[in-house]
Amino acid sequence: MPAVEVIGLRRDIGAVRAVDDASWSAESGAVTAILGPNGAGKTTTMECLEGLQRPTAGSVRVLDTDPWRAPAAHRAKVGVMLQDGGLPVTTTPRRLLHHVARLHAFPGDVSGLIQRLELDRIGGRSIRRLSGGERQRVALAAALVGRPEVAFLDEPTAGLDPHARLEVWDLIRETADASAVVVTTHSFEEAERIADHVVIMHAGKVAAEGSLAEVCDGRPLEERYFALTGGGRR
Amino acid sequence: MTPPTPTSAAGGPATPLQRWLAQARFETATILRHGEQLLVALVLPALALVVLALTDVPDLGSGRRIDVATAGVFALAVVSTAFTGQAIATGFDRRHGVLRFLGASPLGREGLLLGKLGAVGVVIALQLLVLGTIAAVLGWRPAAIGIVPALVTVVLGAAAFLALALFLAGTVRAEGVLALANLVWVLLLGLGVLVPTDELPESLTPVARLLPSGALGDGLRLSLVEGAWPVSQWLVLLVWTALGGAAAARWFRWSD
Repeated sequence: MPAVEVIGLRRDIGAVRAVDDASWSAESGAVTAILGPNGAGKTTTMECLEGLQRPTAGSVRVLDTDPWRAPAAHRAKVGVMLQDGGLPVTTTPRRLLHHVARLHAFPGDVSGLIQRLELDRIGGRSIRRLSGGERQRVALAAALVGRPEVAFLDEPTAGLDPHARLEVWDLIRETADASAVVVTTHSFEEAERIADHVVIMHAGKVAAEGSLAEVCDGRPLEERYFALTGGGRR
Repeated sequence: MTPPTPTSAAGGPATPLQRWLAQARFETATILRHGEQLLVALVLPALALVVLALTDVPDLGSGRRIDVATAGVFALAVVSTAFTGQAIATGFDRRHGVLRFLGASPLGREGLLLGKLGAVGVVIALQLLVLGTIAAVLGWRPAAIGIVPALVTVVLGAAAFLALALFLAGTVRAEGVLALANLVWVLLLGLGVLVPTDELPESLTPVARLLPSGALGDGLRLSLVEGAWPVSQWLVLLVWTALGGAAAARWFRWSD
């Protein structure tokens, strides 16, 4: 059974249909990348999977559980990195990560994660004073500190410098050894480097889904993406 | 740059008690480390206490002035932490997505609320300890038989103001919460918190008695100055708790 299933998902926000009859799945041990233009429905889909939004129609299953109002036992198996970070700005990265770890019975090694993501230098600084890229790394660490079985990472490398991006890619790949990792991204390079499975969304619908090879069909991902979503280089 | 990293899937949540205590501790530490919150929660009430104790204005009515002033300052401390501080902190946490992040974590929404409740309780206890010590130095002598009803009043007042804080924080944008929470704090000073409702202009007295500020201030004065059980004030606070709680449950939005 897939770790993540999106089955005929529809999500209306006011008069706007943000996601329209979307279906795809993600397996454990793999990285699934969701690509699509702004407003394609990527973040809305992620938030339905995280239990933060309730589907208007259709359903989502994460580890065979409906995430909407799921119990703590389910939430402990799921790591979440929100697009806007979700970080309390009046604390420090170190305090935050230790706090998130305390919410889990068997958390990961906070110090190791801090070192791995090069947060030790800024670990005692107020999150309010961190750069966008530094906040991204803190948010990623907070998502992974509970050793999740499924990790939802919304644009995990947005704003990162090239060195940090490579390190984050390595970390995501390692996390996927034992977990299902779903990332949203606007980067073709990122999808090609880390994804086993690709979902391309456009105007709330799934325009393509499959392995990278299946979706690309012998062409560059960028070319396929623009062909499916309209636009591209002139 | 490549030491070990936790990657394998394992584990479950900490126990509910561990999660709530962790959140209460985290929130308490955040409040106590936050300069602006400390200013509103402790520095301004302490200043108010000293000024009221050492001057003759405003008129605080019958009873020893330091006793009446201390009860009012305790009420101010409760309003500062349970309402102003929590409304602003929760409003900005909502803006920054913190509520959504923690709501999706093992803590969940209930744990988040219980953690706030615990933090408010701890901070109010610390406030009463510090302000009570300053008041004692200034000559405060509370009615011993009024301690228990005063504690009940504090708990009911904190519940009412926390419910109203969550309603405000969950329905108005963060900047609006900041402005409104501070404005309300200033207005409530003159509506029964520091000055007994009996001493207010005649037209304001009945209104102030029905406000949570008047009920909390009068309740503490009745308890600590006269040693009475302020049952009618408790009823007013219970009604405000129910109204604020119902409004928050109905209209609170977890994202901005």
